[in-house]
Amino acid sequence: MSRIGERFLPHGYARLTLPAGRAILLHRRSAIVAVVLVIVTFGVAALTISTGAYELSPAGALRVFFGEGSTLDRFIVIDQRLPRATAALLVGASLGASGAIFQSVSRNPLGSPDIIGFTTGAATGGLVVILLVGTSTAATIMVGTILGGFATAAVVLAIAFRRGLTGDRLVLAGIAVAAMLAASNDYLISRASIEDAEAAKAWQYGSLNAISWPPLVPLAIVLVVVLPAALLVTRQLRVLELGDDAAAGVGLNLTRARTFTLAIGVCLAAIAVATAGPIGFLALAAPQLARSLARSPGVTVLASTVMGSLILVVADLVAQRLLSPFQIPVGLVTSALGGAYLVWMLTFAPSPQRRRPRLRIPRPKIGS
Amino acid sequence: MKNHIQGLAPDDVGVPSPFAGVLRGSVSRRRRLRIASALVVGVVAVIFLALLSLAVGSKDLGLNEVWTGLLAADGSRESIIIWQLRMPRTALAIIVGAALAVAGVLMQALTRNPLAEPGLLGVNAGAAFSVVLALSVFGATTIDEYLWFAFLGAGAAACFVYVISARRSLASDHARLVLAGAALTASLGACTAIITMFDADTFNSYRFWVIGSVADRGIDTALYILPFVAVGLIAAFVSGPSLNALALGDEQAKALGVRLSLVRVIAMSTITLLCGAATAAVGPIAFVGLVVPHLLRLIVGVDQRTLLVTSAVAGPVLVLAADIVGRIIQRPGELEVGIVTAFVGAPALIVILLRGRTR
Repeated sequence: MSRIGERFLPHGYARLTLPAGRAILLHRRSAIVAVVLVIVTFGVAALTISTGAYELSPAGALRVFFGEGSTLDRFIVIDQRLPRATAALLVGASLGASGAIFQSVSRNPLGSPDIIGFTTGAATGGLVVILLVGTSTAATIMVGTILGGFATAAVVLAIAFRRGLTGDRLVLAGIAVAAMLAASNDYLISRASIEDAEAAKAWQYGSLNAISWPPLVPLAIVLVVVLPAALLVTRQLRVLELGDDAAAGVGLNLTRARTFTLAIGVCLAAIAVATAGPIGFLALAAPQLARSLARSPGVTVLASTVMGSLILVVADLVAQRLLSPFQIPVGLVTSALGGAYLVWMLTFAPSPQRRRPRLRIPRPKIGS
Repeated sequence: MKNHIQGLAPDDVGVPSPFAGVLRGSVSRRRRLRIASALVVGVVAVIFLALLSLAVGSKDLGLNEVWTGLLAADGSRESIIIWQLRMPRTALAIIVGAALAVAGVLMQALTRNPLAEPGLLGVNAGAAFSVVLALSVFGATTIDEYLWFAFLGAGAAACFVYVISARRSLASDHARLVLAGAALTASLGACTAIITMFDADTFNSYRFWVIGSVADRGIDTALYILPFVAVGLIAAFVSGPSLNALALGDEQAKALGVRLSLVRVIAMSTITLLCGAATAAVGPIAFVGLVVPHLLRLIVGVDQRTLLVTSAVAGPVLVLAADIVGRIIQRPGELEVGIVTAFVGAPALIVILLRGRTR
């Protein structure tokens, strides 16, 4: 482990020495892209916090953080805008990382929580709790969401899995199951009273409109624990992407690695959906956009995480301002844009059969 | 592709060119008998299901009650139930079933993709988006006002799907096209949802319309879309031979004297007409255009002419059956036809998938 990158440094990578005599390889361009994206993300978040329907100058918004400003200013900024921006950052980050892990493990850009039905299943689970069970507190909705997501993903994977996961089967099974669930969702909504239906539809698409500090606590805790793990499994993901035989050949315990990485991915997707509702297509689009920006050989978890945050923060800004003062649920913005992006990606990007990864032979580093 | 060519090779021995039977009507006698019997069975099934659809419901009627109610349109209880409530939905189910199934055959022939289906590929979603736009922005309320919007939306979506299906990355890969269609559906659905979000009235009527239901539509809706669907069906039947040639590939079709762009324009307009009318009348119903042609290919083969005619009969069978089942399984309430078809069609898609016939 500690000798990593000492003799051979792959093209485009840098060796990063860690304190305890350890070292990791870092894709240089990915790291730079991640840093740039972080800066842009915080810029957009700051813009979101300092503007809005309530008139407040950026300077005024800044003063609030130093304990000045009126009570109303403080309420608007600290209790309304800040949790919303934070939620967008965190939910986006976890969905981006989760998407990167899913796509990497399934070795398929389409293997994201949206396509395997996790998101639709989560929506059905939540709707069942809101409309049928009747006791819709935040906790029960969360439980219903997570159970629905897991059950659906399990069904889709069971249908699609036969001697490994191929892209076609996964995609078609996901579409078929999602179509059934969408019909059920429409049915549930049509049978509810108009008040319940209005409440459900606001939640169904994934929304940050009514977010406050308390629901963010579990999200933050999970992220603090799981996100570093997600960043550290990058190494195993790279090996997994080589294919089962090659990965086993270089000494990776396939079952353990796959279970561990997928558990991380599922955990991140579940907590994000439980916090903000099913936000469509983010987990699909973020890793692909990050990858094409970073020009990395595979999906990069770090850049995808930051990209997820950026997309959701921007989408949230759009959701707040587009039809202001009316607030669109942010999930609808990501679905509309993400669906269009997916159409574009499928249509104009070269098909995976034709895009073979170029083999880069590592150059021996002379003189070290 | 292999199946198409096998199916197109004429059965009768002695025809010199392998494609001689494609354009003219040379079908073997055994084949003709089979198609004829399938058609007869289909028509009998439609009549039987139509009578059943008049009889079954929250108030069940006996067969002789249906008969007297049908003949005597006096003000009696039975005749009101039959003429006011059940006749419109039965007629609508027949019209919409024929329209959607034939549109499915056309779409599959046009894109040369056995999984293409207007509902899955976003054509119905385009019509739905356009109708919701008409409802909320332009204040349309009746079908004669928003039908043209449905045509506009369906046409735009169909053109879009056709253009992207011709891209090389999608033309060769059947699942990718379906996914692109699903993504288009999702995107349009999100736009539709944004509109219904802040318009509570539109949302309230939309949530019932979006499921796809033939109930409570009134006979005038059925009568209003009938001419459009009839024109669409005739255009589809007429273009059958050219679609057969199209299945051989662009160059072969051209060599056989088919005017490619003309056929494509006709097929696209027909799909628009059929899907737009069906969606405007009953809401977006998916899977009819997928299930019916797939089943029929197993029975009558892949000749587009027979496929088109038989699906115009088999589509109504499916939609009528789905409507009746929806009325039975949740008494005294009803399950909308769109939900039943989704729960029939999605497993059918999975079966097609598991049998590995997507390529």
